[in-house]
Amino acid sequence: MLGRFLARRLAMLVASLLVASFIIFAAVYAAPGNPISALSGGRALPASAVAILEQRYHLNEPFFVQYWYWLSNALHGNLGISITLRENVSSLIASRIWTTAGLVAYASVLIVIFGIGLGILSGLRRGIADTGTLVVTAISAAIPGFVAAIVLILLFAVELGWFPALGNGTGFVSNLRHFTLPAVALAISSLAIVARVTRASVRTESEREHVQTAVSRGIPARQLIRRHVLRNAAIPITTITGITIASLIALDAVIETAFSLNGLGAYLVQAAESKDLAVVQGISLVLVTAFVVVNLIVDLLYAVLDPRVTLGSRAQ
Amino acid sequence: MSTAALMPDQAGTTWRERLRGPGGRGVLGRLQSTGPAGIASACVIAVATFAAVFGTLLAPYNPVLANLSLAWVGPTGGHLLGYDVEGRDVLSRLLAGAPTSMLGPLAVVVLSMTAGTLLAIAAAWRRGAVDAVISSGLDIVFAFPGILLAVLATAVFGAGLPAATIALSIAYTPYVARVLRGAALKERSQAYVAALEVQGVSAPRICLRHIVPNMLPLIIAQATIMFGWAMVDLAAISFLGLGVQPPSPNWGVMISENQAGIMQGYPLPALTAGICIVVVVVAFNVLGERLLAEAGQ
Repeated sequence: MLGRFLARRLAMLVASLLVASFIIFAAVYAAPGNPISALSGGRALPASAVAILEQRYHLNEPFFVQYWYWLSNALHGNLGISITLRENVSSLIASRIWTTAGLVAYASVLIVIFGIGLGILSGLRRGIADTGTLVVTAISAAIPGFVAAIVLILLFAVELGWFPALGNGTGFVSNLRHFTLPAVALAISSLAIVARVTRASVRTESEREHVQTAVSRGIPARQLIRRHVLRNAAIPITTITGITIASLIALDAVIETAFSLNGLGAYLVQAAESKDLAVVQGISLVLVTAFVVVNLIVDLLYAVLDPRVTLGSRAQ
Repeated sequence: MSTAALMPDQAGTTWRERLRGPGGRGVLGRLQSTGPAGIASACVIAVATFAAVFGTLLAPYNPVLANLSLAWVGPTGGHLLGYDVEGRDVLSRLLAGAPTSMLGPLAVVVLSMTAGTLLAIAAAWRRGAVDAVISSGLDIVFAFPGILLAVLATAVFGAGLPAATIALSIAYTPYVARVLRGAALKERSQAYVAALEVQGVSAPRICLRHIVPNMLPLIIAQATIMFGWAMVDLAAISFLGLGVQPPSPNWGVMISENQAGIMQGYPLPALTAGICIVVVVVAFNVLGERLLAEAGQ
């Protein structure tokens, strides 16, 4: 049964990626402007040079043939050449991917530790701390990353001087310091959402009959929380954590721009502004792939945590 | 005959009672049942809407005329919030920026809610193969995060609100359809639908006159929440320089223009624009969640 589920999800993954790559290619294919003049930088070329370019880039082939060439090249790691930097898009992406991966990983750790932690605490204890968490998370869930960025820069970089405001830094410790404010800005609204969902599901589970029975049987609180409450609450918590972590991949462009980080997202925005379409295609492809893969991992975790899912997904 | 016609005759009631509706199911009645937080949020939304409609007229000074000698000057007599990076009155720019900041999300919500509702109802009405095709098709399109699609669209079709708005509408549609499909399936299996079918009422008529009105509380709640998201995403696109183009006033644009002021000790212009966004988004989120709870979801 698990094999069938895996096969189904993998097929979905491949279909998703095909559609996404098709959208990315078709959008650029449909873009106004002539690819030859984009390649030549607007200069007039002799007919022989045009013919060579047309042959090299398959410009005279039908649309689907061109898509196929582009896709098979992309699968071999050849994403074309940036028209502004005259370099391989793949190597441009490779040099920036670790900034983005590091930032998203840092923010994910913050979400898992503080989002889930805060949610469990306020779910288990009623009172002022719980109400406070509810109000604070309601507001912080609505704070866009770039607003969080300017507030964090103002407080912790300009006023207090604890962290640097802009740039990547060099070396691990310096990187960590430079990435702290961006990671918090990236994480804050997702963290609030995860905390709210965690709180709600912990609260619901701890009011269930089997938990009340366990309480009356005198089972120690620690064991009760771990074995009876968290185990059942784990499913919605995992889902929302996974979804929000996947969404960080798209939000990261905004945060990298706000903090002048040298990652994929900021580069995507620059390329979009300068109409460097090969770069836009390449980075979009990488980010969408990451997004789809993270979502797949969440689905698989979901199946591991809840054995009913494999059956349920077929019956629906 | 619509289900609304089964309600008691409303003639002879005051406008107040009519707004509250039978059993408190009118506009005001529903709003009242969202509690003080819901009513406060509705007030914030009303003020923001007013600014979006009349903001350009209300702006006391020219919102685009630069005067570099006044750059970063703090609040003074006639200028409550001081001047921005190019010496323009911040309050005037906030007011004149309200239309672009509010109308973009409105367009996204209208487009994606319409498309999503139609898809959800088509899937629920035909069930079987059509439902399977729509549902798995949506799962696949769901792979494209909204901001990413918007950046792609602006790269290809040029920076500006139209490309970003259409891209976001497309990216939001699968989400709407997913949420509403469940509710539409539930409505579809109600006895009144079968009764209308037996009477020979056409499918589009049953869907538009009966199923959609019965799903309306959920649709409105969902639209309210989506407005907040769309506002954040569109402001982010404008912040990135791919949406509304400076010098046109817009809250997202104002943050990116005045970000340099934060480092130089003049945070007011960027902060006030950020506060406008957050306050309006919180209001939409809170009201949306209350309405969702009221709609019984």
